[in-house]
Amino acid sequence: MVTIREIKQSFFIGLWFMVLTFPIMVIRVDTIKHIVIFRWSNLMWVGILGFFASLVWNYFLRRKEEKKKTDTADDIPIVHRLLQNQKFKTPFLMALALFFIAYPFIFPMYHTSIMISALVYVMLGLGLNIVVGLAGLLDLGYVAFYAVGAYTYALLNLHFGISFWLALPISALLGTMFGTILGYPVLRLKGDYLAIVTLGFGEIIRIILENWDELGNGPRGIGNIPAPSFFGHQFGQHDSVIYIYFIVIFLVLLTIFFVNRLENSRIGRAWIALRDDEIACQAMGIDKVKTKLTAFALGATWAALGGVVFAAKTSFINPMSFTIWESITILCVVVIGGMGSAIGVIAGALVLILLPEYLRAVSEYRMLVFGALQVIVMVFKPEGLIKSVRKIYKFKKVEE
Amino acid sequence: MEPILNVKNLTMNFGGLKALDTVNIAVEKGQIAALIGPNGAGKTTFFNCITGIYPPSEGLVEITPPGKPTQKLNGLKTNHVTEKGLARTFQNIRLFEGMTVLENVMIGRHCRMKSGIIGAMLRPSSQKNEEKKAINDSYEILEKIGLDQYVNEMAANLPYGAQRRLEIARALATSPFLLLLDEPAAGMNPQETKELDELIVWLRDNEDLSILLIEHDMKLVMSLSDNIHVVDYGKKIAEGTPEEVKSNPEVIKAYLGDESEDA
Repeated sequence: MVTIREIKQSFFIGLWFMVLTFPIMVIRVDTIKHIVIFRWSNLMWVGILGFFASLVWNYFLRRKEEKKKTDTADDIPIVHRLLQNQKFKTPFLMALALFFIAYPFIFPMYHTSIMISALVYVMLGLGLNIVVGLAGLLDLGYVAFYAVGAYTYALLNLHFGISFWLALPISALLGTMFGTILGYPVLRLKGDYLAIVTLGFGEIIRIILENWDELGNGPRGIGNIPAPSFFGHQFGQHDSVIYIYFIVIFLVLLTIFFVNRLENSRIGRAWIALRDDEIACQAMGIDKVKTKLTAFALGATWAALGGVVFAAKTSFINPMSFTIWESITILCVVVIGGMGSAIGVIAGALVLILLPEYLRAVSEYRMLVFGALQVIVMVFKPEGLIKSVRKIYKFKKVEE
Repeated sequence: MEPILNVKNLTMNFGGLKALDTVNIAVEKGQIAALIGPNGAGKTTFFNCITGIYPPSEGLVEITPPGKPTQKLNGLKTNHVTEKGLARTFQNIRLFEGMTVLENVMIGRHCRMKSGIIGAMLRPSSQKNEEKKAINDSYEILEKIGLDQYVNEMAANLPYGAQRRLEIARALATSPFLLLLDEPAAGMNPQETKELDELIVWLRDNEDLSILLIEHDMKLVMSLSDNIHVVDYGKKIAEGTPEEVKSNPEVIKAYLGDESEDA
C-alpha cells in the first residue's frame, strides 16, 4: 500500500528534480541565433518521471525491509542453489562451456575483442578479490601490478625478444615480488589509511612510467608488441584475436580453479579471519604479517598475468592505460559482484565491462544508465550481485 | 613443581596511568584460577599483557608447559604466545562472522597446521590429509562443547550463549595447556551460566587443561575456583581460596567501599 506520506514525499522529490534539472533540461541557448529557448514541456516530464520513480523506489525499499524481517539466514543466492543441485549442474556447465567455445565463431571480431577485455577483468577481479574481498585490505593501487605485468612483457620482448609464453611466468613472479614490496610498508595500516597509501603507490608506478623515458618511452609508450604465437606459428590478425580469446579463457579457468582452492584452504581461512577480526585472528595463532603479505603477493600475481594478456592483445601500451580509473573499475567489479564471492566477481566483471559496450545503443545516456545501475545494485543488494557462500561440510555421525 | 603460568612484578603503564602495578600471579597445573576485581581494575589489561597484545612495561611472564622447560613469554607476538599453548576468549565476543561455525574452529587449528600457498593450490595428499584431519578434529571439539548441531551455520547467526561457547571451542582448537577466559558468563542467563560452570569443570578434568578466568558473576567464581586473585586499581590486593577471599577485609573494601569513609 502506498501511504499518503509517500505520495507527499514523492511529490516533493519530483519538484526537487524539476529545480535540479532546470538548467540542463529546460534552458537551451542557441548560440547562432543568440536566443534562449525554454522547453517547458521537458520540465513537466521530469516532474512526472521523478514522482513515479520515487514511488517505485520506495516500494522496492519497503519490500527489501519486509523480506529482511521474514527470512533470516537462508537466503542463498539462486546461482549457488542451482550449482549445488547435481542434476542441474552438469548441463548448466556444459551449456556455458559450449557458449564460450562457440562465441568467437558466432560473433564478429569486435565482440570477441570486447569479451577478451571482460575476461581480463574477470582475472583482475578475482585477483583483487583475494586482497579486498577475502583479506579485507582496501587496495586502490591495484592497477600498478597490472602495469608491472604489461610492461614486463613489452620490455622483455623489446630488448630480449622473449615470447608471450615465457613472459607469463616471469611477469607473475615479478607481480608477486612487487606485491610483497608494497605489502611490507603497509603492514600496520588498514581501512582508509591503507587505501590512501596504495592509491599513492599506484600513482607512483604510473608517474615513473610516464617520466622515465629510457625505460619505456615515457608517454609515447611501447608499440609492436607481438601477439602470442602457437608453437612458433604466428596467426593473422583475425585468428590472433580468437587465439588470444582462448588463451584468456584458459587463464580465467586456471584462476578460478586456484582461487577456489585457496579460498577453502588454511591460507584462505586465515585471510577471512584477518578481515573479520584482526585481534582475534592473531589470538588464534595466525601470523598477521605473513597472511597480509601472501594476500598482497597473490593478488598482484594475477594482476600481472592480466597485464601480459592486455599487452599482447592491444599490441601497444602506454602509461595512460594504467590510471587510477582502472583501479576503481576493478574495485567496482569486486564490490558490485560481491566481495569474497568468486562467482559474484565473474558476474560483476562481465556486467560492468560488457554493459557499457552494449549500451552504446543509447550512446548519449550510456554512462548515466551505467552509473544508475551501480547505485541501484548497492542500494538493493549491498552484498553484491551474487553474495559469497561458505563451503558446507558434511558429517556422517557414526553411532556405536 | 613449577607453576604453569608464573607472572612476576607485571607492570603496565599507559602514559602516566599505571594500569597494572607489580602484579604477581601464579597458576598451578590443573587449577581453575579466577581473577576478579571491580570494573577498570586492570583484569583485561592483564590478559592482554600476557598474550602479547600489549608489551608489558616491566615484569616477567613465564610459562612451564607440561613436560617442557620454563620459557619467557615477554616480547613474543600474540600468535606465538598462542603457539606456545595459551589460548584466550574475549570479553566482547570476537567471532569471525563471515565464516561458518566449523570454519571458526578450524581457524584455531591453523597454528597446528603447516600447508602453505603451493599446498593450497596443488593439493598434494599431505595437504588433503591435514585438511581432513583439521575438519575432523574441529568437528570433535564442537561435539564436546555441544555445538555440533550448528556446524554449518554462520557464526553470526548463533544464539548468544552458543556464540560464547564457540569462542571456547575455537580456543580449544589451538591445543592449549592454559585457557584464559575473559568474562565467559557475561550476559548469560542462569541456565546458560550453569551449563558453562559444568563445561569449565569438565574441560579441566577431561582435557588436561588449566584455566584462568576473569568473571564478575561471584556465584560462578566461588563455586568454580580453586584459587582467586583479586586486583583493584592495578594492584593485587588478595589471593586465596574462595572462603579466604570472601572474608578478606581488603576485598570487601574494594567491592563495597570503605565504611569509615562513608560515615
